[in-house]
Amino acid sequence: MNSLNYLGEIESEAIYVIREVAASFENPVILFSGGKDSIVLTHLAKKAFYPARIPFSLLHIDTGHNFPETIKFRDQFVQEMKINLQVGLVQEMIDSGKVSEENGLYASRNSLQIDTLLNTIEKSKIDAAIGGARRDEEKSRAKERFFSHRNVFGHWEPKNQRPELWNIFNTRKKMGEHFRVFPISNWTEINIWEYIKHDKIQLPSIYFAHNRKCIVRDNIILPYSNYLNLGEKDKIINMRVRFRTCGDMPITGAIKSNARNVDEVIEEMQSFNTTERGSRFDDKRSETAMEDRKIKGYF
Amino acid sequence: MQKKTLIRFNTAGSVDDGKSTLIGRLLYDSKSVPLDQLKNIENASKKNGYDYTDLSLITDGLKSEREQGITIDVAYRYFETTNKKFIIADSPGHVQYTRNMVTAASTADLSLILIDARKGVLSQTKRHLFISSFINIEKIIVCINKMDLVDYSEKIFNKIVNQFKNISEKLNFESIIFIPISALHGDNIVNKTKNMKWYSELSLLDILNEIKTSPQYSIDNPRFPVQCVIRPRRKNYEDFRGFAGMVENGVFCSGDEIVVMPSKISSKIKKIFFGKKEIKKAQKNMSVTITVKDEIDIGRGDWIVGNKNIPVLKSKFNVKIVWMSRAPLINKAKLILKQKTREISVLVNLILSKYNNEDFSLKSKPNKLEINEIGEVEIISSEPIFFENEIINSPCANMILIDNLNNQTVGACVIGKNE
Repeated sequence: MNSLNYLGEIESEAIYVIREVAASFENPVILFSGGKDSIVLTHLAKKAFYPARIPFSLLHIDTGHNFPETIKFRDQFVQEMKINLQVGLVQEMIDSGKVSEENGLYASRNSLQIDTLLNTIEKSKIDAAIGGARRDEEKSRAKERFFSHRNVFGHWEPKNQRPELWNIFNTRKKMGEHFRVFPISNWTEINIWEYIKHDKIQLPSIYFAHNRKCIVRDNIILPYSNYLNLGEKDKIINMRVRFRTCGDMPITGAIKSNARNVDEVIEEMQSFNTTERGSRFDDKRSETAMEDRKIKGYF
Repeated sequence: MQKKTLIRFNTAGSVDDGKSTLIGRLLYDSKSVPLDQLKNIENASKKNGYDYTDLSLITDGLKSEREQGITIDVAYRYFETTNKKFIIADSPGHVQYTRNMVTAASTADLSLILIDARKGVLSQTKRHLFISSFINIEKIIVCINKMDLVDYSEKIFNKIVNQFKNISEKLNFESIIFIPISALHGDNIVNKTKNMKWYSELSLLDILNEIKTSPQYSIDNPRFPVQCVIRPRRKNYEDFRGFAGMVENGVFCSGDEIVVMPSKISSKIKKIFFGKKEIKKAQKNMSVTITVKDEIDIGRGDWIVGNKNIPVLKSKFNVKIVWMSRAPLINKAKLILKQKTREISVLVNLILSKYNNEDFSLKSKPNKLEINEIGEVEIISSEPIFFENEIINSPCANMILIDNLNNQTVGACVIGKNE
């Protein structure tokens, strides 16, 4: 008899973690961006509780600067999965004066999501937010626990994380604190794609090669949109591209690609020598851009 | 899907023995560092005015780690070779962060223990060695590092090997492999070096490729801690009541006779599901949903086990413990013990002994256990725990202790032989 293969092992690990969340918390949500990782996460949750429905809602922190393809996909996905969708609007936070919009060429609403997320968590009394972050993505994410404690301010304390022993999770917390939970911590980008292939999971079309108006700035291909502040040097050109990650339009870099389907994407990936976040403007602000945001409560 | 074996290993050893540099070197020389990350660490090294690219920055990802040049918390990295997949947990060496080293070791199949060739076995090396043995890691690879700083001397290598063997013979490791390396220069990491012709064995990467971890897998003694009950309350599933969990040991097949712990009520497995799919058998590490023939009381914290060799119930027992809180453990402390999905209130009745970190000798009846000390305590529990004497690496064996005043995880426990 053979033992579980690798994908089977990390799949079961993720399901185990998702079930621990359901058993240990009152009001958990799945943080849903419409990207491949949160889509895979939701599929894993479906498997975890079948034939019962997923006992969580999805929470989308909506910057208003999304790819239209992603929002269309999201609304269809929610219907098919018969799951409740909660939306936290960055625009509402701006309108109420709780956060203010950035200016200039590199302006984005990326970091405004933090306050919107924490505000929603507090307002809706969410005690566990399940995220699709993976340790292979970025150096501070490599330091995350499966169950990551957040204090009453929603802050992460990287120097003072709880020990996490075996697969026994300490989910105790005080009123007002919450947990971020990362079931697919041990998955890598290629594992996500292998799983998408194996389980025939549908994705938004931006993950596959298409023609799009783009600009090239600091060697990164950015999709042209109304949300992007154009500089004098920015020229709009037609390109054949796809996206490896799915963030807001002004920060998500594309790659040149002809990969039209999952098989072609996996084949293309064999030749990659950069990480998927290598073309994200939000990570390029400083050496510790991700850690700084994570400490404050980012995804 | 790929059929590569998965090995999880961690690094261990004292501060500045080169653990993070070793992992950086292993990833770099096996071409497993993506170009954008490599560029980032090259820039960071240049900015700090280093003479060379600091490979430890590949795993030391936190701001305070880079500032101090130390590892504070575990970093997880992933890489693969033609026949294996590896999950690496790079641990901190500082005494202060021992709890994070225990975290890394608790999920490892194998430990790489580093020693600075100039310094030999240090106090912290012994602590990590003892923790690895405590956590039941069976295989260790001892990397004697910084050989370049001792002129690649075979004599010094042999001296440290002997020093190490004197200490490790008091612990139960199944196998210990020694290798001389220089993580900084890449000697014997991925490729064999010409600097130590006297070393005729494999490079570290080849050792990792060849090593066999004990079969994680046996058919006997099926163990299934229940995480939650699946009640769909939807059409066509009105009577469905499934028990969700991960198989922690052995194999479960539909039709198998089972016993529910702690009630000891017997039944049979009706069906096993993995997601939508009905399957005939569930093996170790699979997350499945099980339904049983009879309507019996089963909930979170209960275990479904095979009907032979069922665990014993015990309310007074001894455990080995690593204490991880700044406030020392004292006699009569009231804590919460978590055994997989079961939480039980317990009383630490008596601290029986504590180990001396230098020679692993026992001191009887100390009045407290300080942070990072390892000892043996007698526990009285409000409800019985599940216990098995005969099964090696039983899933019952590992438990954590939680302080319910501040919710911190304060102890790691392993239950050993009990009368």
